[in-house]
Amino acid sequence: MSAQLAAYSTSNGEAFQFWVLGTVAVIGALCTVFMKKAVHSALCLAGTMIVLAIFYLANGAYFLGIVQIVVYTGAIMMLFLFVVMLVGVTAADSLKETIKGQRWLALLSGLGFGVLLIAGIGHASLTEFTGLTQANAKGNVEGLAALIFTKYVFAFEITGALLITAAVGAMVLTHRERTEHAPTQRELAERRVREGKHVPPLPAPGVYARHNAVDVQGLLPDGTPSELTVSRTLRERGQIRDVSAAALNDLKALEQRAEERLERAAIEPPHLKRTEEASK
Amino acid sequence: MNPVNYLYLAALLFTIGATGVLIRRNAIVVFMCIELMLNACNLAFVTFSRMHGNLDGQIIAFFTMVVAAAEVVVGLAIIVSLFRSRHSASVDDASLMKL
Amino acid sequence: MENLIALLIAAPLLGAAVLLVGGRRLDAVGQWVGTLLSTVSFVLGLVLFGDLLGRSAEDRTLTQHLFSWIPVEGFQADVGFRLDQLSMTFVLLITGVGSLIHLYSVGYMEHDERRRRFFGYLNLFLAAMLLLVLADNYLLLYVGWEGVGLASYLLIGFWQHKPSAATAAKKAFLVNRVGDMGLSIAIMLMFTTFGTFAFGPLLGAEGQQGIAGDASEGKLTAIALMLLLAACGKSAQVPLQSWLGDAMEGPTPVSALIHAATMVTAGVYLIVRSAAIFNGAPDAQLVVTVVGAVTLLFGAIVGCAKDDIKKALAGSTMSQIGYMVLAAGLGPIGYVFAIMHLVTHGFFKAGLFLGAGSVMHGMNDEVDMRKYGGLRKYMPVTFVTFGLGYLAIIGFPGLSGFFSKDKIIEAAFAKGGAEGWILGGCALLGAAITAYYMTRVMLMTFFGEERWKNQPTRSPEAPSAEPAAAHHGEHAEPHPHESPKVMTIPMIVLAFGSVFAGGFFSIGDRFLHWLEPVTGHSEGDSPLSVAAVTGATMVCLVIGVGIAYAQYGRRPVPVVAPRGSLLTRAARRDLLQDDFNHVVLVRGGEHLTRSLVYVDHTLVDGVVNGTAASVGGLSGRLRRLQNGFARSYAVSMFGGAAVLVAATLLMRAV
Repeated sequence: MSAQLAAYSTSNGEAFQFWVLGTVAVIGALCTVFMKKAVHSALCLAGTMIVLAIFYLANGAYFLGIVQIVVYTGAIMMLFLFVVMLVGVTAADSLKETIKGQRWLALLSGLGFGVLLIAGIGHASLTEFTGLTQANAKGNVEGLAALIFTKYVFAFEITGALLITAAVGAMVLTHRERTEHAPTQRELAERRVREGKHVPPLPAPGVYARHNAVDVQGLLPDGTPSELTVSRTLRERGQIRDVSAAALNDLKALEQRAEERLERAAIEPPHLKRTEEASK
Repeated sequence: MNPVNYLYLAALLFTIGATGVLIRRNAIVVFMCIELMLNACNLAFVTFSRMHGNLDGQIIAFFTMVVAAAEVVVGLAIIVSLFRSRHSASVDDASLMKL
Repeated sequence: MENLIALLIAAPLLGAAVLLVGGRRLDAVGQWVGTLLSTVSFVLGLVLFGDLLGRSAEDRTLTQHLFSWIPVEGFQADVGFRLDQLSMTFVLLITGVGSLIHLYSVGYMEHDERRRRFFGYLNLFLAAMLLLVLADNYLLLYVGWEGVGLASYLLIGFWQHKPSAATAAKKAFLVNRVGDMGLSIAIMLMFTTFGTFAFGPLLGAEGQQGIAGDASEGKLTAIALMLLLAACGKSAQVPLQSWLGDAMEGPTPVSALIHAATMVTAGVYLIVRSAAIFNGAPDAQLVVTVVGAVTLLFGAIVGCAKDDIKKALAGSTMSQIGYMVLAAGLGPIGYVFAIMHLVTHGFFKAGLFLGAGSVMHGMNDEVDMRKYGGLRKYMPVTFVTFGLGYLAIIGFPGLSGFFSKDKIIEAAFAKGGAEGWILGGCALLGAAITAYYMTRVMLMTFFGEERWKNQPTRSPEAPSAEPAAAHHGEHAEPHPHESPKVMTIPMIVLAFGSVFAGGFFSIGDRFLHWLEPVTGHSEGDSPLSVAAVTGATMVCLVIGVGIAYAQYGRRPVPVVAPRGSLLTRAARRDLLQDDFNHVVLVRGGEHLTRSLVYVDHTLVDGVVNGTAASVGGLSGRLRRLQNGFARSYAVSMFGGAAVLVAATLLMRAV
């Protein structure tokens, strides 16, 4: 009776672990889907995968649990992050739907599918749980190895071929044949002069005492920020600090004080109005 | 606790992944959702392995991982080359059978 | 000997090929090549004729199987030839008269630039006509039938720069198509009824009975009527007669050879050849006799009113072929006499046409007889040969026409009963009218005052139609002169035929015995004695000649045609045949096609366009599903997977 019961159920510790980590896994999965930025999605997915690795271990799949962490979270997710870096941030990241009815259809079919699947599992009479005690008797890795190199040896070989093919395919897909020789530095310099494009080096960013300030725009003599001073990537990501307003306000206060002291009528410099409007 | 709960969890994760494939436009996120689906399957296989008391399910899960790795390599390569030609990783932008 | 049969056809066919594709190098000698090859064919015919004569009467059918033409299961058409007495008669007529007319054309077409092509067409015609009469099945006969139609079209329209000639050629071709439909339908009926269309099994050979008589009378009547339609088209019988008069737009040798002596008699050949079918269909035979009788009167009346010498002769041709068709419709009583009249007619009508051509040659191509007159002094040879032809056609005792036409009139009476009386009466009346109009032609052309003097024969705005006449000077008064020897010799030879052929055939019933094994013969029971019929014919002849002499010999002939009676005016318009065709066929056809076009535009196009529009509209809506977004497709896949899961669960639950 108790042995049968043991086959049906698991220990309380595992139950606790399942409910806590299962919740984490579902949340991670939902975050993967609904996070706005791809990096966040990738991190959430990594979390879910680690939880899954723990579940593998709990289910007696020790080898797979380790492989999951090493291969998935270690290699594949890093690959994802590399590609996110390569591709960069685009406007397509918004979650706003563009295809009419797509979201509702997707949710509907997802819901239907999920309900059906769970109902199917609930309906199935899964009462026999043998457990892996016997199968893992000589060690999980040895057991897997024995199977892979005997029963599944052809599938294993073919998988190897598949990996090689995939590697070659990825190289072919991303490879670009250079059709002209790369321009030398001299040629680049000459082209710049010929095209009349900004010959000297770009101006430096605004240096601020608190950090190296590559994200701070340098100010022109009239106090307006120069767009040439920071990287375009930072500007597109919206990671620029605009300090011009503070500087201008300081300037304004200084002038006001000077006027009070000199008792002179305030002469509104025309460019100030413009910069104020621009800063709004 | 009945280990069948692992199967429920797998079904739930699979459904979430599939829905994500349908509603996300960023090709990289779509890929991640596919990985999520594959992982859900793996969880189911591992649970089945435990249920039946043999290691075949784990072998299948192992192969799934290998195939998923190959798929990710090729898929990401496709995304990169798409991005090069379109400057966009949105799957909706590739809606015509031409560049 | 059998191997020579194919050569009969091959010689003129070779001539046609050489002349038509040979190019300008042959311009100088083309006419002689054509004449030589035609003569070769004639000589071959004579050799074969000698061979046939050397055999016994039952053994005179030669066959030659050249190759299997359309070998399909059950549908076997061979290129094979059958030379029996009937074919032999035609071969000699075609090649003999054909060779003479080739010779005549050498003179007649001397100044035509496109002479080589003309002779090519003539040779093509000979080859097709020989194929027609030598074929041993109806399908091959059909090839020849179409071949002569093509040659006729090409030759009528030979002076294609004249719109009238081009139109006439088109008309002949179109009217003949109607008849050709009849022949093709007849062949199809034969195949479905008998399973074959070869002469051997169908019509019987070497004394054996053919299977043609086995079918029901209704089917035989249908086949026979279709064959009659074909014969009507080719032989210009009512109701398909309208093309023959216009066909006179062709060069005169063509009129003589094709539209008088040979091609137009192909219908008679077809009826006589299909005797076994017609014998089994008495109703069809009655229709044949009616067609023949109507046509013989029709043509004769038209011939009376025409002032154009060639058109008068064309009416005469129509009428004489009417005699032949009448005889052929009489059945075994008349078959032999139909062919006999055909041969004698071939001689004298060809002679008459050549004479007419000679007159035109001497008169700056003037064709209006009212502008002739008194030409006998200027063209003695033409006068004599034409006169002999004239005597022959009206049936002057002792000449060819007398024997052949008299036999047909006798046979018509011998039909017996009321039919016999009516047909015989028509034939007698036709004889009287023939005498009338031929005397009219003769008197207006060769006798009386010289009406061509003191007036140009052509008005300036009507330039010479026949390029041969260009050197005569167009506005000058004509200077009638005798034609060169190359033209007169054929006329003289044909005149000999006109005079002696009938007597030669009739004395001792030579022709009857020659043809009888093929066509069969039976003596009808005539209510009148032979002498009585001959006497009646003579009386009609005298009456016809007398009236014509009273009208045209005693009184001067006005140069401008008088208005004339209603009948005269109708006859001048070919008894309103073209008006009838226009009102009934052309208008009717226009209305039919218009209503068909309407139906096509509304109903057919409506259905087609409606289908297209509904498919287009539906696909326009369906297309929106194919928006190219991978995610939309993924939704469909996912939904489909959900449905599959649901279906699986349902099936397990059940």
